[in-house]
Amino acid sequence: MQPSQTPRLELIGITKRFPGVLANDQVTFSVLAGEIHALLGENGAGKSTLVKMIYGVMQPDAGEIRWDGKRVVVTNPKAARKMGVGMVFQHFSLFEAMTVLENIALGMDASIPARDLEAKIVAVMRQYGLKLEPHRIVSTLSVGERQRIEIVRALLLNPSLLIMDEPTSVLTPQEVDQLFIVLRQLAAEGCSILYISHKLHEIKALCDTATILRGGKLVDTCDPRVETSRSMAEKMIGGSLKDIQRGASKGFGADKLVVQNLSVAKDGHFGIPLRNISFRVRAGEIFGIAGVAGNGQNALLLAMSGEVPCDDASVTVDGVKVGRMTAKQRRLAGVASVPEERNGHAAVPEFSLSDNAILTARDRLGMVTGGMINKRASVTYAGEVITAFAVKSTGPAALADSLSGGNLQKFIMGREIMQKPAVLVVSQPTWGVDAGAAGAIRQSLVDLAATGSAIVVISQDLDELLSLCDTLAVINEGRLSKPMPVADAKIEEIGLLMGGVHGEGAIHAA
Amino acid sequence: MRLKLEKRPEPSLLMLVAAPVASVLLTMIIGVVVFDLIGIKGAKAVMDIFLTPILSPVKWQDVAAKAAPLIIIALGLSVGNRAQVWNIGAEGQYVIGALAAAGVGIAAGASGGPDVLLLMIAAGMIGGAAWGGIPALLRTRFNVNEILSSLMLTYVALQVLGFMVGGPWKDPNGRNFPATAPLADNQTLPIIVPGTTIHLGVAVAVILPFVFWILMSRSVFGFQIRVVGSAPNAARHGGFDAGRTIWLAMLIGGGMAGLAGSLEFSGMLHKIDLGFPSGYGFTAIIVSFLGRLNPIGCLVAGIVMAVTYVGGQMAQTSVHIPNSTAGIFQAMMLFFILASDILVRYRVRLLPSAKTVGAGE
Repeated sequence: MQPSQTPRLELIGITKRFPGVLANDQVTFSVLAGEIHALLGENGAGKSTLVKMIYGVMQPDAGEIRWDGKRVVVTNPKAARKMGVGMVFQHFSLFEAMTVLENIALGMDASIPARDLEAKIVAVMRQYGLKLEPHRIVSTLSVGERQRIEIVRALLLNPSLLIMDEPTSVLTPQEVDQLFIVLRQLAAEGCSILYISHKLHEIKALCDTATILRGGKLVDTCDPRVETSRSMAEKMIGGSLKDIQRGASKGFGADKLVVQNLSVAKDGHFGIPLRNISFRVRAGEIFGIAGVAGNGQNALLLAMSGEVPCDDASVTVDGVKVGRMTAKQRRLAGVASVPEERNGHAAVPEFSLSDNAILTARDRLGMVTGGMINKRASVTYAGEVITAFAVKSTGPAALADSLSGGNLQKFIMGREIMQKPAVLVVSQPTWGVDAGAAGAIRQSLVDLAATGSAIVVISQDLDELLSLCDTLAVINEGRLSKPMPVADAKIEEIGLLMGGVHGEGAIHAA
Repeated sequence: MRLKLEKRPEPSLLMLVAAPVASVLLTMIIGVVVFDLIGIKGAKAVMDIFLTPILSPVKWQDVAAKAAPLIIIALGLSVGNRAQVWNIGAEGQYVIGALAAAGVGIAAGASGGPDVLLLMIAAGMIGGAAWGGIPALLRTRFNVNEILSSLMLTYVALQVLGFMVGGPWKDPNGRNFPATAPLADNQTLPIIVPGTTIHLGVAVAVILPFVFWILMSRSVFGFQIRVVGSAPNAARHGGFDAGRTIWLAMLIGGGMAGLAGSLEFSGMLHKIDLGFPSGYGFTAIIVSFLGRLNPIGCLVAGIVMAVTYVGGQMAQTSVHIPNSTAGIFQAMMLFFILASDILVRYRVRLLPSAKTVGAGE
């Protein structure tokens, strides 16, 4: 379709201020009809704030929004939907115990009889080739299928602008391809798409235009097809990217961490049980575990950290059985861990950084004598971590809460790495972390491995695993695939494993 | 104009102190207004309840005697509240503690002195802790909510008290009143200010807050309590066991309530009758929150609360209002302190009302 002269959506000088930050500063750009427009930026660049104003969740402090050339004030999401804006959020709002149909019906502004709605849903799904069974219970669906519910929900309103917030962070490579087919079809029919992401190769493959934000300001609007991933990344971070520095490969040492037939019962009704997981990590090796979110990664991390006990022989470190040890004992045995959730799991938000250092470093670093805490030791250690990992903060007394996600993650990683653990298990080490900090964190993992520690990285970011790890396995529904050297790994095969399709080359340990 | 709550970048220290003070002031103001409306001299009543006990030195010993048990119980409850373990049954633990002390005293017969007194107090702490241990067991074993179980056990404790003082431990020379025999002089706590009722227990109540303060701010135990209370998952990650924390919180809460009961019995009342439970265990919950779950705060809040107790009794004679009026004031204080709590983490902003020009509407 030929784009019309008046843009579908125009933002002119949009400014939004929060206490202490200018989230959006005079942002001006426009989206044409039928255009796939990327909104690109690091975490905290102001992408979400901008989109929330378009969708009516918040109001801009200054500037105006124009829709088909007319100035509008979007008072709430309902008004936005009425105007023709659909949005698919990064975090789904679905009821696990209800069916697909019920979930969609609950999200509709108008009440439509169930039978008519079902017919409409089926029609939309056929039109776009979205496979979904309306009577399935949501808890039985994969993340990709859940996202399709949200997309169908948005498409039922015949939107003329669809906003997608980080849609591919939870999808397998194959699911990403399917999603792109749907989005291209929508665009061809004249629907504009505002696509938020920080995955540059996707933007190059999909989008017509890219608007890049940094620190709330618009830095550039460019054509992603002529830019390189690197040039866009450097615009995003406003500096040049550093590559991971690896020392000369010295080969791996003896087995450090051995996991053998590890099974853990599921936690809660919708939890994922772990089934017969086996792998071994040698000294100096970085072992990656790929997989779509919600396939047992969390349970695996808890079983490694000792927060959930398992069979004594199922986990050994340097030949010592640690399966039944508590989190405290495992730390003393040399196992450190960093869970995915920073606030409230890896760190206590309302505690200072030095108190957060006490949380996991007190026993290994002798911060406790006779049941009393040596405050000075914790402040010194927190200070060392802050310096060594370039954590931007006001010092050891700063509340964890006051740090940005990336800085807190650097502190948490530093807190564990500087204890020189024999084994380090990390989940999503760079989740929601800006590119600069992510590079520093990955480098620190490589450096730790070089000193002879065994490292396990659990991540949904396949690119990260491929660039960081020596060996890779895929977790799906609580089962782990056969490990493969990264050098031999094929993206297609990994993708199939992530989706639960098991090729001949990857026979289950189960 | 509309109001908007905004999260503060960090908790406000000013509000941390100002909120309890404001709660007391608001309670006084509302008291004046309400009493005036129902035809009682409000200013006089509020003066009597909140200020007269402070201004007249003869009342200080009463304030001290009332503050002591409140402070000691509140210290124990603050530990639990910090860890989000809600012990509502301190009243029962207080009663059982006193009964345990009485049991030791009776068993000791005519012998007394410091050894017997120490045994009585230890028994009081153990008794209270044991009573507090029941909800801990129910919670950790069967996931029974400790709010309900600890509260209900209070009523069980009152029945136990009624049975003991009306039966096995009834004073043979007591004209058949359900009460224990008064303690002999060698089994009572020494008076530390001659000519007053200020007993050794008051000194304990002044020293203990500082002990708790060091324990909570410097020890691994205090750290554990704080982590479990603010981020249970982080506590688990840091190697702190949730069940153990529940046990510790309930045992300490019960032990302190039992200590307060045994001190009140051996230092103040010298006998246990049906009037022994006077609501200290419930009022201490208010003290704990008014003191911001901080041991030193509990010391100050305990004194404030004791003032309202003594003042309530004085207002009975001066403006002829029932003694239970003090209870209303205490409840109002708790209400205000809980309501104003949000101001520590959030601030209120006045915003011009948004123009509601609907898009596409």
